[in-house]
Amino acid sequence: MKQADLFLAFFRVGILGYGGGPSSIPLVHKEVVEKYKWMDSDEFGDILALGNALPGPIATKMAGYIGYRVGGVLGMINALAATIIPTIIMMIVLLTVLNSYKEEPWVKGMAEAVVPVVAVMLAVLTWDFIKKSGKSKLGWGWTAVALIGSLILMQFLNLHPAILIFVLLLGALLKKDAPSREKEGGNQS
Amino acid sequence: MIYFQIFLAFFIPGILGYGGGPASIPLIENEVVDRYEWMSVKEFSEVLAMGNALPGPIATKMAGYIGYVEGGVLGAAVGIFATVAPSLILMIGLLGLLMKFKDSSRVKRLTIVVRPVIAVLLGIMTYDFFFSSYGGVGMMQTILIGGISFVLMEKMKVHPAYVIAGALVYGALVLA
Repeated sequence: MKQADLFLAFFRVGILGYGGGPSSIPLVHKEVVEKYKWMDSDEFGDILALGNALPGPIATKMAGYIGYRVGGVLGMINALAATIIPTIIMMIVLLTVLNSYKEEPWVKGMAEAVVPVVAVMLAVLTWDFIKKSGKSKLGWGWTAVALIGSLILMQFLNLHPAILIFVLLLGALLKKDAPSREKEGGNQS
Repeated sequence: MIYFQIFLAFFIPGILGYGGGPASIPLIENEVVDRYEWMSVKEFSEVLAMGNALPGPIATKMAGYIGYVEGGVLGAAVGIFATVAPSLILMIGLLGLLMKFKDSSRVKRLTIVVRPVIAVLLGIMTYDFFFSSYGGVGMMQTILIGGISFVLMEKMKVHPAYVIAGALVYGALVLA
């Protein structure tokens, strides 16, 4: 019954979570820790931290990994499919239907009206990222420098964002740690 | 060839987007609109709006739909695979190693250094969307719809799905 439980748990997460993967994480916690007790809260926290240390969408990393832990490779595919397939099908059906009426004035009106709404959502998301960056170890000063620097590089010098991000990641990995790190000191003793 | 392009278009955002699916949206836009020119900013924004109006993770919805439009069911499968597989394989494969380093400052630094870049990409996309709306429905409607949806979503905490549904009705009745 494990596979059926896995499917149901992640189907509910996929179909009830709004606002993309990160906002559905509490739902994953509810199913995996509280309802089916596949792991405790600490372990869940570890897996989440791990997922956040890696790039890419978080919901599928969680579903795939937890599915794998609970039910092997089949469990992984099962949980992944349950998370993403239902909403992708809804999306394809809805947009295909809308597109076949796209010359109708009312469909054009709908398409136009939704653009400013999405723009506002993006503006809010942008501000979230700036705020998080300012409050992180980077601080507001360096955040401002990084924002202006990346704007110039990407928008005016046409540098591909992938190259910029790759160089930054490499730098972050290679840079020597500041002496304020206590953990390493503890390891040596 | 198209399948290879679909793979690349979603593989790059998938391995570079730190901060979950929403963070990879501007990277996807960069590939889909600027690089491969599969759709215009306006078309992309419509797809994104529909994606936001539906539940579930956003990156896979975008990959599934855009992959489907460009390459049918196989295209959708390629797009989803490119989005999901690389980081999931890393996660399962490197588990032992990562568990050891997940609290290390180097790993934490990865998210911190990438965040401002994602913020700028999101900012540029916001500008593109407002500009596209200004070109479509004009200044007044853009400010009106944008302002009302801001108040509804951010101040009154109305669920985004309802706000998008409301905008769709408004568009069908008033802007038609």
